[in-house]
Amino acid sequence: MTLQDLVNKNIFSISNLGDNLNLPVVGPYCCDLLSIAMGKAPAGSAWVTVMGNINTIAVASLTEVACIILAEGASLDDTAKMKAKDQNITVLSTEKPIFEAALSVYQLLNA
Amino acid sequence: MINYITLTYQVSGDDFTRAGEASSDVKSKLKQMGVSPEMVRKVAISMYEGEINMVIHAHGGIIKVTISPHEILMVLEDQGPGIPDVEKAMQAGYSTAPENIRSLGFGAGMGLPNMKKYTDEMDIKTKIGVGTTVTMKVKL
Ligand SMILES: Nc1ncnc2c1ncn2[C@@H]1O[C@H](COP(=O)(O)OP(=O)(O)OP(=O)(O)O)[C@@H](O)[C@H]1O
Ligand SMILES: [Mg+2]
Repeated sequence: MTLQDLVNKNIFSISNLGDNLNLPVVGPYCCDLLSIAMGKAPAGSAWVTVMGNINTIAVASLTEVACIILAEGASLDDTAKMKAKDQNITVLSTEKPIFEAALSVYQLLNA
Repeated sequence: MINYITLTYQVSGDDFTRAGEASSDVKSKLKQMGVSPEMVRKVAISMYEGEINMVIHAHGGIIKVTISPHEILMVLEDQGPGIPDVEKAMQAGYSTAPENIRSLGFGAGMGLPNMKKYTDEMDIKTKIGVGTTVTMKVKL
């Protein structure tokens, strides 16, 4: 499943579309602590978090995750939104809790 | 043929809107130079953690990155408060980050352990009230 396929399922709202939509999504990854995500988030994963600040975008860019999924109705603040646009980071969002958001990615990948 | 580049970055303290810019600049330069993705990731992660530590704990500083054919050298120098107990600071989970910084997602106490894990050599020189210099090497 590419990131474009995931976007097309319409289960997540779109905050920003990056330039990596052809990338395969390798799986969900969940963490809200940035330096743990920095050390552990797999490249190509869908990173589920409630943190929507500029540092989340920096970590996503440096770890090369496929996208950020903001759970629990979290959203990007204004500077983070600008940074996401600027760095071409795909950011999706949902009202679902973290586990359920990750589970839906997992289920789509294993369907 | 010896062929190396030195990049210098001024990191401003307490400015989270710009924190990480130096690391992402180095990352894109290394990519352009054709350095392998694995090495780029190591440098990007360790430099970002060091850069953020400078911003959060030391009011900013200067980062010098030297790229040579066999290694990438990162020197991060600040005039912050210094680290009283380096061994303790290196422990996974140890953090003195205040609440407002934690609410941004920092403070897991994993920055220094990440830097150690993703580099081939790491050295911390620090003096209370004078500052801290972190030197890291990633071998290509
Ligand atoms: N440049 C520095 N100047 C002064 N103190 C520092 C510096 N770098 C690290 N420290 C001290 O070492 C501690 C551990 O650093 P480390 O990066 O591992 O965790 P952290 O920054 O607190 O949290 P995070 O997991 O978000 O990185 C810090 O909380 C701080 O007390
Ligand atoms: Mg840190």
